[in-house]
Amino acid sequence: MLAADTFQSLFTRRLRWKLFLNQIVEIGLLSQLVVVITGGFTGAVFTAQTYFQFHKIGMGSAVGAVVSVAILRELGPVLTALMVTGRVGAAMSAEIGTMKVTEQIDALRALAVYPTDYLVVPRALAMMVSMPLLVAECIAVGIAVGYFVAIFLLEVNGTYYMANMVRWTRNRDIIMGLSKAFCFGILIVFISCHKGLTAREGAVGVGRATTEAVVNASLAVLISNFFLTMTLNIIYPAGYQ
Amino acid sequence: MIAQDRRNGLMIAVHGLVKTIGAQEILRGVDLNVPRGETLAIIGRSGGGKSVLLKHLIGLMRPNAGEIWIEGQNIIDMSERHLASIRQKVGILFQGSALFDSMTVAENIAFPLREAGERDPQVLRERVTEMLEVMELQGQEEKMPVNLSGGMKKRVGLARSIIRQPSCILYDEPIPASIPSFPILSID
Repeated sequence: MLAADTFQSLFTRRLRWKLFLNQIVEIGLLSQLVVVITGGFTGAVFTAQTYFQFHKIGMGSAVGAVVSVAILRELGPVLTALMVTGRVGAAMSAEIGTMKVTEQIDALRALAVYPTDYLVVPRALAMMVSMPLLVAECIAVGIAVGYFVAIFLLEVNGTYYMANMVRWTRNRDIIMGLSKAFCFGILIVFISCHKGLTAREGAVGVGRATTEAVVNASLAVLISNFFLTMTLNIIYPAGYQ
Repeated sequence: MIAQDRRNGLMIAVHGLVKTIGAQEILRGVDLNVPRGETLAIIGRSGGGKSVLLKHLIGLMRPNAGEIWIEGQNIIDMSERHLASIRQKVGILFQGSALFDSMTVAENIAFPLREAGERDPQVLRERVTEMLEVMELQGQEEKMPVNLSGGMKKRVGLARSIIRQPSCILYDEPIPASIPSFPILSID
């Protein structure tokens, strides 16, 4: 219902640009550090663990391809979505929930402002724009850090590492990662806003709504990731073809 | 009865309003006619349904039964979006003021004008200054609601509800809680 209402508003109502830009800052700009750290350390650890296994069978230089494809298709989108859920989804739910229990949303309605237009549309649009960019950043940092860990710490041959990575990483891997990012962004924003808008019973209710928003959005990301993987793999099959 | 109300041009007409929340009956067949130019105070015990009645009058709550007519329009079956036209005519001062806590006093007061499409900063500043003077809140415009006293919040809430000059104002508990509460419907 909320999603349908929001998409209807998106196409039929004026956009509040100032609120939209505020949300771009809140979701996109202020999540930079979290996303960079997530991408960087995931790339580093994944590279090291993959190398430890592959090195035993003399495939150390194949690590780049595995890390690149895994981060693009799975780790980047999922881990970024989970971090954004914790940082942004919780804040959205708490902010809207507080507005609900302090009658600020009733005040909006009483002043002839439709809450979905004012509260949900700018957040949803900002999330749809920010999330793919955040995931792209996470992926780029993850691959770059993985490269440095492989070359400078694990002493993998850089030329073979890059050659394998470029050979096995395709445009469809990038499209798949960004498609997932877009879908996860939609899930996070609607679950968080819905929980906030339906918060009840004062501070306890806001706390409960925030917890439920984070838990439900995280689970939704993990569960939907499986179905997205299976579906998108039909459109964008993995591997060199 | 309704046709007669419409002919008489009542500002507010309520007929047989019933509201139950859970097992509790809050409003039981409320009838109310408020002509233009009349000020009406509703007095009752705490939890008696006064605030609930006011919220029904601008469509913030939906009744289980009954009719509510505002300036000849039955608002019961109106969608949330269609209620916007009614809400532009009827202002409300909430019991807890319900100021937007992310906005300053000036931004709170200017909010209804901005949302109505007023973009000229000069006009907005003049109207806000005018309201601040009326409410004796000069010098408070940059404060956040959290830094205001209860009485000041009420006055900011009142300024916000009347800046768009609605035809009718609903005050939910306009005076301090130490005095028995009574919502007022003030109709210009």
